Amino acid sequence: MSLVVENLTIDHGAIRAIDNVSFTVPTGQLAAVIGANGAGKTTLLRTLSGLKESKSGSATWNGKSILGARPEDLARSGIMHVSDGKSVIAELTVKENLALAGLWRKDKKDVAAVTSEVVDLFPVLGQRMSQASGSLSGGERQMLAIGRTLIARPKLLLLDEPSLGLAPLIIEQIFQTIKSLVAKMNLTVVLVEQNAMGALKIADEGIVLNLGSVVAVDSAQTLLNDPAVRAAYLGF
Amino acid sequence: MLQFITAILTSLSAGAIYALMSTALVLVWRSTRVINFAQAGQAVLTTYIGYEVTVRTGSYWYGLIAAIITGALIGATIDRFFMRPIFKRIKSGPIVMIAPVVATLGLLGIIQAIIGFIWGLSYQTLAAPVSTDGYKISGTVIAFSPFNLMVLLSVTITMVLLTVLFQKTNIGLALRASAYSPEIAKLSGIKVDAVRTLGWAIAGAAGGLAGMLYIPNSYLYPNGMDVLLVFGFISAVIGGLDSLFGAVAGAMILGFAINFVATYISYKLVFPTAFVILILVLLVKPGGLFSSSKGRKD
Repeated sequence: MSLVVENLTIDHGAIRAIDNVSFTVPTGQLAAVIGANGAGKTTLLRTLSGLKESKSGSATWNGKSILGARPEDLARSGIMHVSDGKSVIAELTVKENLALAGLWRKDKKDVAAVTSEVVDLFPVLGQRMSQASGSLSGGERQMLAIGRTLIARPKLLLLDEPSLGLAPLIIEQIFQTIKSLVAKMNLTVVLVEQNAMGALKIADEGIVLNLGSVVAVDSAQTLLNDPAVRAAYLGF
Repeated sequence: MLQFITAILTSLSAGAIYALMSTALVLVWRSTRVINFAQAGQAVLTTYIGYEVTVRTGSYWYGLIAAIITGALIGATIDRFFMRPIFKRIKSGPIVMIAPVVATLGLLGIIQAIIGFIWGLSYQTLAAPVSTDGYKISGTVIAFSPFNLMVLLSVTITMVLLTVLFQKTNIGLALRASAYSPEIAKLSGIKVDAVRTLGWAIAGAAGGLAGMLYIPNSYLYPNGMDVLLVFGFISAVIGGLDSLFGAVAGAMILGFAINFVATYISYKLVFPTAFVILILVLLVKPGGLFSSSKGRKD
């Protein structure tokens, strides 16, 4: 039971964005994919969630291939993707944004139950239910985006730069929430981050990407203590 | 005074018809980013079908239902088997902007040719279900008939139903989400392609209704709704193309402007008035007067 990526290659126009990448994330683990801007992190996530086509290689979730599937089908099968930092529909209210991921679910009782769980998790969303999402702060939007995915009772969460543009205190709060969700919601998480330090601190394992290639895969703790990684990605 | 009241009433019923066309255009634009020039052809084709059913059954109401249902079916079919394959094949470059325009213009020509082939090019008349003779107020017949009243009421009811559908139902939420951000909608598990097809179907149904309400005061021929396409398009642009409220408001602005100019100045100025308004809006507030969205984020 795991996310297995093998020899995955993805082109972005004429540029090779991801080159022969392999890694495994066992279920129940939080994997941080770190690397500088342009390392191919976002492209990798967009391919895993069905938004982008791959060139070659494979990716399976619990033994089933996920490449080439449509994003809406992947979402319905439990693979939810929060795209780059502001993944809410500004014109819709907080309540409507949350409802989106439950519209197609048959078990309406559970949708209601999980919605109140999400509101317990992010009380600020509960206070702003009928407000337009465009009026939320950056941190609140990120909570809403993550909260929305939870409504679908996901199994695999793909998070793209949840720290982008947020204040340090809020980043810390979001990271801690993500970590707590893994156990609470029975999740497997792939967290793509430029904030390598923050991401590795909460992750079980780390995958370091550079110009589309994997340069290191190890436990997050080992990577945090690796002088080469520290110098290149953690800045000290 | 009577002339003034009449001008208001005729403005409202004309605006109501434009509102149906502009709503149809906005629904398609919001969901697919296509200006559907074929809308005039779809609407007139469904009106021919409504006309045929009316003639055969002797009932305008059966014709109306037939026009609305076939309008929805034709709209859905065009999206599913024509627009969707086009968008699947063309993903980037300037052709993305041009292909849908050319495609819907081509479709307009094809539909009108098919109509000509089946029904001929001559003018047909479709009898209204209620009187088209103007009401008599203190001995003077005004240019507002029971049928005009029916038009106004039908469109009002339709708009209320559409508002409820969009604002209060799950399907409406899916339609709005897919319009504002297809990517987030997909990532939330919504089948955006199917939702788009539904948008085309609703637009097609609105076109069918528009035709059945417009043609009894005019004539039925293959190009019989081209003018309405132009007025509907201008209304939609006034309203900001993205907003259903804007589509209706824009249609009313246009309806009033046209009818007041026709009443007090000259009916010859109807077209120039419409285009002057269009150009003024584009110069002063190119995003439209009532745009609900700051552009699509995907």
